[in-house]
Amino acid sequence: MKYLAYFRPGDWLTLALGAVLTGWLAANFWSGAAPQKVVIRAGGQLFAEARLDKPQRIRVPGPLGVSIVEIQAGRARVAADPSPRQLCVKHGWLSHAGDAALCLPNQLSVELAGAVRRFDSLNY
Amino acid sequence: MQIELNTTADDHRIAKLAAAALGLTLLEAAIPSPLPGVKPGLANIITLVVLAHFGWRSAAWVTLLRVIAGSLLLGTFLSPTFLLSISGALASLAMLAFAQTLPTRFFGTVTQSILAAQAHFAGQLAVVYFWLIPHAGVAYLIPIFAAAALLFGTINGIAAATLLARLPSTPQPTCVTP
Repeated sequence: MKYLAYFRPGDWLTLALGAVLTGWLAANFWSGAAPQKVVIRAGGQLFAEARLDKPQRIRVPGPLGVSIVEIQAGRARVAADPSPRQLCVKHGWLSHAGDAALCLPNQLSVELAGAVRRFDSLNY
Repeated sequence: MQIELNTTADDHRIAKLAAAALGLTLLEAAIPSPLPGVKPGLANIITLVVLAHFGWRSAAWVTLLRVIAGSLLLGTFLSPTFLLSISGALASLAMLAFAQTLPTRFFGTVTQSILAAQAHFAGQLAVVYFWLIPHAGVAYLIPIFAAAALLFGTINGIAAATLLARLPSTPQPTCVTP
């Protein structure tokens, strides 16, 4: 590689620091924002807000029956739901801010909220 | 009526170099890119060569003329694309003003190129985030832009260093005023 002759010692340093910076940016921005709390809505109304650090199961009544939202360290899921297709249960654990599971037949939504409320969409 | 402009040899040289950079800008506009904003920035090779030969002032002139004339030719003048170009250009020029003060024994054109490329993407993203798209989702693109800046900054730096090695070391006046 004759082109490497154009590198001076500090250029390698700059390249290495640039690579470290890029790696750090990737690790920082691609891990997703840490969720702060879980927001549970039933029938369009706010049902409960809970912190994610305390494990608990929350019973949420809906038109079809009772759904159970399970919270563990830093994550949450719909553990049980009377909806026919079980979509929100199959969604599994939610662990990033902005993640959400919806049980439309039972009118339940479970959403993880971060420190900053992100936009759903923007139009220009 | 005839308007007479008094031009110096400096003006002619800057105009010629800006035209060379403009050619690279237009050439590059034809290259398809997977992500808007990720492109090689070949015109910056000219900026780096001008910086090494004629100093920061000339490099700033050539860069800003290239951005403005390029946007006129591509039809993006005063559009968001233009604002991104000019903010990136201003950020990288500011970075080059700093980078040229580094000891040249250790830090060469490749360093200047990498630093300028990264300042370019940082300046652009600042405008994107604070003005055009104030959405946290922009953050997902930051590592991609940073990686592209590093890659293309290195390649452009090598290209500029190669070019500088082949040019005569003392700048020759490229034009004599008639």
